[in-house]
Amino acid sequence: MNRILVVAEHAHGALNASVAKCVACATAIGNSEVTVAVLAADGTGVAAAAASLAGVARVLLVQGPANEPALAAVLAPQVAKLADGFGHVLGPSTTFGKDLMPRVAGLLGAPQVSDIMAVESATRFRRPVYAGNAIATVEATAGRAIVGTVRTASFQAAGPGGPAPVETLAADPPTTTHTRFLSATAAKSDRPDLQTAARVVSGGRALASQENFALIQRLADRLGAAVGASRAAVDAGYAPNELQVGQTGKIIAPELYVAIGISGAIQHLTGIKDARTIVAINKDAEAPIFEVADYGLVGDLFALIPEIESLLSSRTGATATVR
Amino acid sequence: MQRILVGIKRVVDYNVRVRVRPDGTGVVTDGVKMSINPFDEIALEEALRIKERGGADEVLAVSLGPDDTQQQLRTALAMGADRAILVRAAESVEPLAVARALLRIIEREAPALVILGKQAIDDDCSQTGPMLAALWDRPQATFASKVEIDGGRARVTREVDAGLETIEVDLPAVITTDLRLNEPRYVKLPDIMKAKKKPLDVTDLAALGVEAAPMLKVLRFEPPPQRQKGVMLKTAAELVAALRQKGLV
Repeated sequence: MNRILVVAEHAHGALNASVAKCVACATAIGNSEVTVAVLAADGTGVAAAAASLAGVARVLLVQGPANEPALAAVLAPQVAKLADGFGHVLGPSTTFGKDLMPRVAGLLGAPQVSDIMAVESATRFRRPVYAGNAIATVEATAGRAIVGTVRTASFQAAGPGGPAPVETLAADPPTTTHTRFLSATAAKSDRPDLQTAARVVSGGRALASQENFALIQRLADRLGAAVGASRAAVDAGYAPNELQVGQTGKIIAPELYVAIGISGAIQHLTGIKDARTIVAINKDAEAPIFEVADYGLVGDLFALIPEIESLLSSRTGATATVR
Repeated sequence: MQRILVGIKRVVDYNVRVRVRPDGTGVVTDGVKMSINPFDEIALEEALRIKERGGADEVLAVSLGPDDTQQQLRTALAMGADRAILVRAAESVEPLAVARALLRIIEREAPALVILGKQAIDDDCSQTGPMLAALWDRPQATFASKVEIDGGRARVTREVDAGLETIEVDLPAVITTDLRLNEPRYVKLPDIMKAKKKPLDVTDLAALGVEAAPMLKVLRFEPPPQRQKGVMLKTAAELVAALRQKGLV
């Protein structure tokens, strides 16, 4: 039996979508007994949500006021303590997991496998390296705990199941006072979440200004899509950092990805290679994005975006599809 | 003496199109340009700016790697680091062993701040900073896009999935850099000459008492599956029709 501990990401009382991906990865290890750890201030709802994921055997809810907002220095010692007796400790390859899991691995003296994209056995995993230009198969020494982060775009979310029993523990009073949370930008948006959206419309450097980037947002709203951006667009200040897609931003796997004015640097492509359908619109016919696009359209985005919008709302466009 | 320690990793240059060796034992590195990991360059730049603002007296660049890594450390010295230490090691050392080696050096050098890149662009592990902070039992502030030093504390703005988050940490601490923290300076020729005279000490893992036996074995490298190039369309109408046909819009 592989006893696996999954560390749940959550915020504002909601379970993050990455948890169902981590549970799926844990289940893929095989012969698994999956425990989800929820470290929260008041995590009753989050724990219940975790308990109703298929494949979860048990939820450990560790409650204490210091557990929210999440600080790796506060959470890591608690996770390391819970990890006793587990062969694997998994978290998501999100900023939450990338911050926390290596600190846990450091405390455990355990190796970490980052960005697990496939499970070959309980000790053998595949992961991307060099911005996805190579896939490495790594094997951990058996008989020692393995810490892992899960590349969420590579796994189908665990479906509904359970409910599994929830065991509630009181967190030890924190011994860590050297790290203090001050503030967070409340990036409130009615748009779908970039990391889990079925459709994503992304803009690049060619948008040329923050004002023009509104074109991307409008098209995204028309499609019910999340908004993404290339590194160039974020660096230039056209879009905020949380929209960056790519090696150092978000790795996503939407049904539809529309890249507008994005040339397609390898670092960007690594973030979208699991997208089902990629559409590229770019004025440069030689742009590398066209090498991976299912549908390419060469032209001026400032003319094409409004045209696409009006086609999407037009009845004639709708009739044309039926043929 | 306020000292900042910066981690430097030698990696295949950002602009190189990396290819997997036909035998699957690694990627092609013969004749390939090697550089400082871009995130480490940002770490060094931040350390230099803190020093230039009077927040530190010395910037120490530390790397683990083969002898050739001295090239990257010389570049770091040319950028403005005062001193460098190379811990001689195999081509690839696991993050936990790197963290242990850095900890040995920290114990000797007592830096007030350690700045590392958030990830190296070769193995993309993104582990060393938090692992070091855990071993050192000190705060970590990862994915930094803004760092303000205020006496014995640092206020760090972090790029997280939800946007930006600001935390405060007591020093000493480990900070890892994100892309938008700063734009590293270019090295000027006279600085390259000057860098040749700056101290670069060489030690090795054994001398530091660090066991680097790998806990993870890389069995093979493969090229990623390639996406098929799709169709080029002529008009927006064709695109919308194609997407409707697939039920995507």
